[in-house]
Amino acid sequence: MNAPMSRRQFFRICAAGMGSSSIVGLGMSPGAALAEVRAFKLARTTETRGTCPYCSVSCGVIMYTLGDKAKNVKSRIIHIEGDPDHPVNRGTLCPKGAGALDFVHSPNRLLHPEVREPGAKEWKRISWDEALTRIAKHMKADRDANFVEKNDKGVTVNRWPTTGVLVSSAITNEAGYLWVKAARGLGVVSLDTQARI
Amino acid sequence: MTNHWVDIKNADLILIMGGNAAEAHPCGFKWVTEAMEHRKAKLVVVDPRFTRSAAVADYYAPIRVGTDIAFLGGVINYLLSNNKIHLDYVKAYTNAPFVVKEGFDFKDGLFSGYDEAKRSYDKSTWGYEIGKDGYAVVDDTLQHPRCVFQLLKKHYSRYTPEMVSKICGTPKEQFLKVAEMIGSTSTPDRVMTILYALGWTQHSVGSQNIRTMAMIQLLLGNMGRQGGGVNALRGHANVQGITDMNAVAGVLPGYMLGPTDADPTREEYLAKRTPKPLRPNQMNFPQNFPKWHTSLMKAWYGNAATKDNDFAYDWLPKTHRAYDVLATFEYMFQGQMNGLIMTGFNPLAALPNKKKLGMALSKLKYLVIIDPLRTETAEFWKDFGEFNAVKPEDIKTEVIRLPSSCFAEEAGTYTNSGRVVQWKWAAADPPGEAKTDLEIVGTLFTRLREMYAKEGGKAPEPVLNLTWSYMNPAKPSPEEVLREINGRALADVVDPKDKTKVLVKAGEQMPGFGLLQDDGSTACGNWIYSGVWTQAGNNAARRDTSDPAGLGNYQNWGFAWPANRRVLYNRAGADPATGKPWDPKRAGIRWTGTAWAGNDVPDIAPGLGPDSGAGPFIMTPEGVARLFAPLLAEGPFPEHYEPFETPLAENPLHPGNKKVISNPVARVYKGDLEAFGKADQFPYAATTYRLVEHFHFWTKNVESTSIVQPAPFVEISEELAKEKGIRNGDMVKVRSNRGEIKAAAVVTKRIKTLDVAGKKVHTVGIPIHWGYVGVAKSGFLANSLTPYVADANSQTPEYKAFLVNIEKA
Repeated sequence: MNAPMSRRQFFRICAAGMGSSSIVGLGMSPGAALAEVRAFKLARTTETRGTCPYCSVSCGVIMYTLGDKAKNVKSRIIHIEGDPDHPVNRGTLCPKGAGALDFVHSPNRLLHPEVREPGAKEWKRISWDEALTRIAKHMKADRDANFVEKNDKGVTVNRWPTTGVLVSSAITNEAGYLWVKAARGLGVVSLDTQARI
Repeated sequence: MTNHWVDIKNADLILIMGGNAAEAHPCGFKWVTEAMEHRKAKLVVVDPRFTRSAAVADYYAPIRVGTDIAFLGGVINYLLSNNKIHLDYVKAYTNAPFVVKEGFDFKDGLFSGYDEAKRSYDKSTWGYEIGKDGYAVVDDTLQHPRCVFQLLKKHYSRYTPEMVSKICGTPKEQFLKVAEMIGSTSTPDRVMTILYALGWTQHSVGSQNIRTMAMIQLLLGNMGRQGGGVNALRGHANVQGITDMNAVAGVLPGYMLGPTDADPTREEYLAKRTPKPLRPNQMNFPQNFPKWHTSLMKAWYGNAATKDNDFAYDWLPKTHRAYDVLATFEYMFQGQMNGLIMTGFNPLAALPNKKKLGMALSKLKYLVIIDPLRTETAEFWKDFGEFNAVKPEDIKTEVIRLPSSCFAEEAGTYTNSGRVVQWKWAAADPPGEAKTDLEIVGTLFTRLREMYAKEGGKAPEPVLNLTWSYMNPAKPSPEEVLREINGRALADVVDPKDKTKVLVKAGEQMPGFGLLQDDGSTACGNWIYSGVWTQAGNNAARRDTSDPAGLGNYQNWGFAWPANRRVLYNRAGADPATGKPWDPKRAGIRWTGTAWAGNDVPDIAPGLGPDSGAGPFIMTPEGVARLFAPLLAEGPFPEHYEPFETPLAENPLHPGNKKVISNPVARVYKGDLEAFGKADQFPYAATTYRLVEHFHFWTKNVESTSIVQPAPFVEISEELAKEKGIRNGDMVKVRSNRGEIKAAAVVTKRIKTLDVAGKKVHTVGIPIHWGYVGVAKSGFLANSLTPYVADANSQTPEYKAFLVNIEKA
């Protein structure tokens, strides 16, 4: 059992249940592994099936994350590629989809709520609680002031014509459905998505 | 898509027009090359530019921007004049034999009933003659002078190859070659598919562009067949799903037209939307509308929706005018709106006439942006020099920006343009403090609901009673929501023929929309998705790659709405008399003698055989497809109208009638009409388009795509370049009557100067992807140039045909 062993194999064996001391006890040493080429990163990742976010071919993708999705582990996506099982894209991706990892890690990702006060030149960081309080207050004040219960003919119309909602065509069906439900429940009539454009 | 991506491989002829699949949908385009390689299928591309799709086509023909109806109308004329139609199909499956009412007319470019002041039609003459039996009158010989077939012939007889060439600038021989190739699929053993995208929708006549093509596919007998159909390739990865959920003004989930001020009661509302059959023995499936609508109200208002309160009908907002996104920005521009909340939307970049949009946003009291990325809209108040010259101190809008997750960080479903609903899993948590959209809408709604519960306010009932019984109301799970969308039984659903037989037990997930009820005993958030999460579990998450028939239908991969059907109207893929597939090698469904069966879920009641007389187009009250369609705003037959900004002084089909140069019923707001440019100042036709490396205004935030395609450019022909003294790589200024952009000129052979009605027309091509927020090089928003006018049916803006001028910067 003195065959050369890579670091990866070594750790796999350790993970399989044998304590490292017992491996040494069997006459195996990880020393030789130090000279090995760098381990193939994807071999130790968690694979997650997903859908490319761009066009409506909606290609299947596999996302590879470091970390095993345990509660205390912060996963990081390190690679995205086409899903070979997917009947439409069969593992391929176009230049947009092939770069999807750079979307996930774009330097322009938003990280915390912000407000731009009237007339201000810059954003100001705020907490989620403050952001939601501001939004909810604006919405309720506007709805209470401008909600139309009946039209001039006395027909109940229950609409809120002064605040609009635009729902992205890039969010899930579930999130889209809930936005529609909440918006209609509030009486929103200006409701639209990118489908029209 | 009436069909789906993999099904493209079953076609004999593929027409790409109004789209550029090779660049905009590359992984779907693979099925085109698959068909070319393995079926020896031919690819035809018709486009103003010699696109990358054209580069691999068997045949390419150029066309002037905004003249697709003229071209396709010419194809209809060719098919009818040369007997290249599938006559058995046309007689049995379309309204060709239906007799149209007396009084219907078409003169000088206008149909009967035009009201110039209202810019709309009184459509009362656009209907069928109704017989004594209460049904539409038909003439199976197709000889009646007022039958649809004869009217169709007459209408398109004006679209001669010479006229097509005059309007479109397509050389006559090239038009004829395309028409001949299309005509070759009129036999039952040949099928054509058509792939289109925004190149057809983004016109003031967008809906009619697509309708003209649908008519061609019906004349050829290509609808309902494997390898056929009319296939919209569409935009975002879930644009189909969000359309299905109807985040769309005036429409409720599942394409149910919402209530308006003209529907004061539930009874009137339902009656108007529940059609009576127009021919005997038809399925007339929309007769189930009350079941879908009542089930939606039960999903939204639960126990608070009762028979006594008309299932909470009054709590639904009613509309009395347009509320699409262009109308919304117009009202904002007029100062009628105070707030706007948007998720993943960048309207300042995506809508026409940026200058107007910025002014409109400045009039808001509050703007809420929910997005994974920085966008131009979120920073419309910021001074970006020549790209966005504004004074922040003058803009009083409060802007609140919330960070959201991206596709990789949230679970749930996306629906591809082939209607396949597919579950996806989250790979990581959102970065920083970003949250998923479900959590954001959940938190915001529950907070508002609490405020209404505590403080009261205007009309609190619809808010307080909206069902929101998720395990964690502030963070609903996608599983819970998809189950709600599918629907469940609230009481036992019994067999109407044997009331002792329980078909669905109270509390169980509905097996499909077929058992939804109108008495409040079922709840369903979106009837067309019913079946996506049954008692068997999450059907959207199925990953079975078996395809026994080899047609690519993958019946057990995900879930296709409706009813897991992969090819719509598939009953029309079989002979009307025998129920045998038109082509046994590409058989969708067949009649076994007792039932429909085969490689797909039948698009007809399984027991309604060929003897029943039931037509295959079950969503129309006549059971057949419409060559004559009275629903569209411009008329029952598509007619060519020029773009609102046209290089021509008149409509060549109607010289002398100024009213019909452009779409006579498109909505034009005050100020926008004045902002249209004229050909003397803006002599060049322009169109916007997309590149393979970028997606909309989104990937300019993505490093890899920004490296491969870093900076804005516009394309012009060698001829125009020579005329204007522009060399490849020169910076140029492109101006419309609404704004200007600067970009590098790419002088190309891909765009040709066309001969149109005796005039030379140059075209300027403008890729849209740049802006001044991103990691790519900064550029102007292309929609600084585009006109604020849209299709009269869908209100899709006219981005694909307008006028510009160009000069060296």
